[in-house]
Amino acid sequence: MPHIPLPEHLPGITGLLEYRLDTAMPIRDLTQILLRGESSLTQGERELIATIVSSRNCTNFCEAAHTKAADLLLGESETARLVKLDFESAPVSDKMKALLNIAALTQKSGKAVSEEAIERAQKAGATDLEIHDTVLIAALFCLYNKYVDGLATVAPSDPAFYQTLGERIVGRGYLRPPGGFVNPS
Amino acid sequence: MPHITLPEGLAGIRSLAAYRPDTGAALYALAEALLRGPESSFSQAEAELIATFTSSQNECTFCTCSHAAAARYLFNQDKSMVDAVIENYETAPISKKMKALLAIAKCVQQDARTVTDELVANARLVGATDRQIHDTVLIAATFCMFNRYVDGLATVTPLGLEAYEPMGKRMATLGYVPPKPIK
Repeated sequence: MPHIPLPEHLPGITGLLEYRLDTAMPIRDLTQILLRGESSLTQGERELIATIVSSRNCTNFCEAAHTKAADLLLGESETARLVKLDFESAPVSDKMKALLNIAALTQKSGKAVSEEAIERAQKAGATDLEIHDTVLIAALFCLYNKYVDGLATVAPSDPAFYQTLGERIVGRGYLRPPGGFVNPS
Repeated sequence: MPHITLPEGLAGIRSLAAYRPDTGAALYALAEALLRGPESSFSQAEAELIATFTSSQNECTFCTCSHAAAARYLFNQDKSMVDAVIENYETAPISKKMKALLAIAKCVQQDARTVTDELVANARLVGATDRQIHDTVLIAATFCMFNRYVDGLATVTPLGLEAYEPMGKRMATLGYVPPKPIK
């Protein structure tokens, strides 16, 4: 049960973002820019970064939601599964492995991102902007994961919930729908 | 030296906001709403104290020093309390409520799954509202992002404390205004 009263029809992050709208707006804007804006990384690759961070923070709601988003964008579910298991042997490019390594280090601590990790990414062809965005996406998902877990929000166990949520964040993105979320009951 | 080429003459988060102004604008808007906005359940000084505490737990020098400077400015004659909180919040001269909330912030910083019902009940017992519990978790989570962003890209961190004093005054009085983009 959540630590504070939240709308029951909006589990996970959605109820929190509706609970306080003035802080939710810049968080949503930031996410939309980073995950859906113009980038040399595909949307699927960026969702994999969100997925690995959420998986390492053991935040079930975010891990399930972004795994589903990555699966839908990549058109298969093997890559996200293997990235979470061991990204070094997952079927992604060397550049992506180096960026996932930076994301995994950022999840631990900003200070853990070493010169070696950056050099590895640069040698594999990563640009400054790709490195920047990887660190910021990883940092942003630490915010989300800690927000969701710190207030003990509900993570539904029904896979159909994440199918619907994944389709929403892939199809419509991260901005608040006009008028918010209607309570179906 | 920063891990990527950032605009020269700027430090910490400002160098990153100047490097990528679109994400910078959202990040500054979040800091402004969270720490200074009319919807906050805390005074500006209290919100800055939670930001300072979280940054010190993450050992992020730039964010700790800059937010501590803002908090010292805002607490004015009680400013020594800011350093006492960085040293040890449990023995610092702060209210029972703030201690209970910092205990929650500390759990969020370490592993947010460890925020127990008992910690939250204890905070309520000493007067914390739902909104203050929420805002504490969100401030701590937000600074876990800022700290990782600033340190993960190895931004420039001024070493002398005197560099942070004007920064803190600016944050406390003018608020979170993003730097002009540098071309």
